Amino acid sequence: MKHYEIAEEKVFLPGHGACPGCAMALALRYVLNIFGRNSVAVIPPSCMGPMMGAQPYSSMLIPIFHNSFESSASSAAGIKRALRARDRDDVNVLALAGDGGTYDIGLQALSSVAEHNEDIVYICMDNEGYMNTGTQKSSSTPRHAYTTSTPGGKESRKKNLVEIMAAHHVPYVATANIGYLDDFVTKIHKIKDMKGTRMIIVLIPCIDGWGFPGDAAATMSRLAVQTGVFPLYEVEDGTKYTINHGPEGLPVETYISRQRRYRHLTAEQVSEIQKEVDENWAKLEGMANLFSATM
Amino acid sequence: MKLKDAMLLTGNHAAAYGAMLAQPKVMPIYPITPQTPVAEKLTEFQLQGLLDAEFITPESEHSAMAACISASLTGVRVFTATSSQGLMLMHELLHFASGARTPIVMVNANRTVASPWGFWADHTDSLSQRDTGWLQYYVENPQEALDTVLQAYKTAENPSVLLPAMISYEAFYVSHSLEVVEIPSQEAVDSYLPPFDPELRFDPEQGRSFGNVVSQELYYRHRKQLSQAMDKVFAIAKDADEKWKELTGRTYGLVERYKCENAQHIIIAMGTISGTARAAVDKMQSDGIPVGLMKIRLFRPFPVDKLRQELAGRDKVIILDRGSSPGTGGGSVLHQEVKSSLYGLKNAPEVYGYLAGVGGTNITPEKIEDLVKRSLKEKSTTKSIWGW
Ligand SMILES: Cc1ncc(C[n+]2csc(CCOP(=O)(O)OP(=O)(O)O)c2C)c(N)n1
Ligand code: SF4
Ligand SMILES: [Mg+2]
Repeated sequence: MKHYEIAEEKVFLPGHGACPGCAMALALRYVLNIFGRNSVAVIPPSCMGPMMGAQPYSSMLIPIFHNSFESSASSAAGIKRALRARDRDDVNVLALAGDGGTYDIGLQALSSVAEHNEDIVYICMDNEGYMNTGTQKSSSTPRHAYTTSTPGGKESRKKNLVEIMAAHHVPYVATANIGYLDDFVTKIHKIKDMKGTRMIIVLIPCIDGWGFPGDAAATMSRLAVQTGVFPLYEVEDGTKYTINHGPEGLPVETYISRQRRYRHLTAEQVSEIQKEVDENWAKLEGMANLFSATM
Repeated sequence: MKLKDAMLLTGNHAAAYGAMLAQPKVMPIYPITPQTPVAEKLTEFQLQGLLDAEFITPESEHSAMAACISASLTGVRVFTATSSQGLMLMHELLHFASGARTPIVMVNANRTVASPWGFWADHTDSLSQRDTGWLQYYVENPQEALDTVLQAYKTAENPSVLLPAMISYEAFYVSHSLEVVEIPSQEAVDSYLPPFDPELRFDPEQGRSFGNVVSQELYYRHRKQLSQAMDKVFAIAKDADEKWKELTGRTYGLVERYKCENAQHIIIAMGTISGTARAAVDKMQSDGIPVGLMKIRLFRPFPVDKLRQELAGRDKVIILDRGSSPGTGGGSVLHQEVKSSLYGLKNAPEVYGYLAGVGGTNITPEKIEDLVKRSLKEKSTTKSIWGW
């Protein structure tokens, strides 16, 4: 087994409250430890709450503002502007939010911040549902997935937030996950050296909400990419596409058959998902060919 | 003290001058009638080099308040302005602001709340935020708006307070009415209002976090401290008003008394109705009716002790309320507040609550005289009366 190590400054500490084996803790470790101590962050209600811990303790050595659910982007922008007014523009300002707080209730504020190109880093911990409130659907939940608010399976498709952000022409938006740590780490370093609204959407396979064994988050992360469900790519300035890792010819069934949230699926629904994944991939490849970052 | 200027200004522009003189560093503002000219004037000041602030033009009042809170926590003075629907859209974050102990100062142009739509003077928008932990001032003219913005900063930023403050004035009657306003010089204001540089702030050098999950006991303690801070406001706001007098010669008090010395009966009102009521008091006193006026300028914290002291031994108290709250014994918020303040008081007056001016309806001196005379004849009722 390959042992992966990077230079990191200890910001995220043991003693957080995530479920054992959660990919979010690992993702957070790399984000915070690469951004380092000269940073502040906002977190909305989400699994990031237990991850931070309860007063008077915190698992993070940087200042955290636990803001309201829908305000991560605007709260982060407020901090950045105030730091600028205090001549502390060098401080990194991060928003660490869930998919519910980003794709749904926080989208309006995020859109405004992106349109203004406010100088913040937005990390979306995308576990494809409202996990903190017990697994309800969000607009990031994929089609046919069971959640407690879609007991018969979700009818609509997962919202494509990368495209929404790209349409705002933000300097950087990318997908990543902890199954491809080197790729993830490269992306974090890259945005650390950039300015403006930067976003990474990190797929977080959720042990409890998706239903798989506690040691399988990394496997699930890799399968999401290998089956083409969650390709890893970047869009710079809204037009420059780079695909980092795409499907490797594995059928989606390899991914979804390992998750309790898809247990009720008919063969027909599985092929619908396969069709959707193929379509999405064809579209992304087309975009990447038309608007390649290396052109 | 030397005044820089006297100008003909609307309430909105006077408030903007007040804000400019406070030199806030971050200003997230979202437009809404009739507040918009406040934001426009401030942007103009920035262009003229009179201000050096970070302006944020977010997509909603909700995000404006979110940015106010986080910027204030980062240790800078912030200002914003809103009205009616905008204020109500902020509601969740108004609680957040006081809970986070951020001394934000906000101007609110009191406007009717929808549905149905209207643009008229009505206090319901801000009265329905009375439990959010904000200081609330109600002012009646442009000069008072300018002066109160600066008094509000001085009070809110006091380390024993650290609570947000809202200054409300009525749509159009104040927001768009021109009056001569004296504008103090920047040096004078600087001598009154020191820079905001809080010891605790959001800064990697300090490593402090704000607002994460607490236990029941910690939450209880937090709310208790918030409430205790509110209890200290009256004395601190009084001092801020007195210091303003030393500087400018203008003082308002937190409850203004008008011709109350030998008055058996007292009218209580907020905002512009007070001006009309003064004319009514003059007329009635010359007709031999012993009636005076008390204007409530600071509504939160409510001046309970002051009212008990002022109203003991009076005959009748007549409340004129421009806001309404259905289901509170007839619907007048001010009526409920005054009644509960007087509970158990020996020699308490009889209390009459009238909904007068709701929806921006015009209250004339004659109308006020009418209501006073009616109260002198009738027995008081526990319920407030629709009296326009
Ligand atoms: C205005 C508001 N509405 C609802 C909630 C309740 N709430 C807290 S967390 C949450 C879901 C969070 O989902 P997500 O953002 O995906 O984060 P996750 O828990 O999955 O990490 C909800 C609905 C809230 N805190 N505030
Ligand atoms: S609920 Fe899911 S995402 Fe949240 S901490 Fe547990 S495993 Fe991680
Ligand atoms: Mg989620």
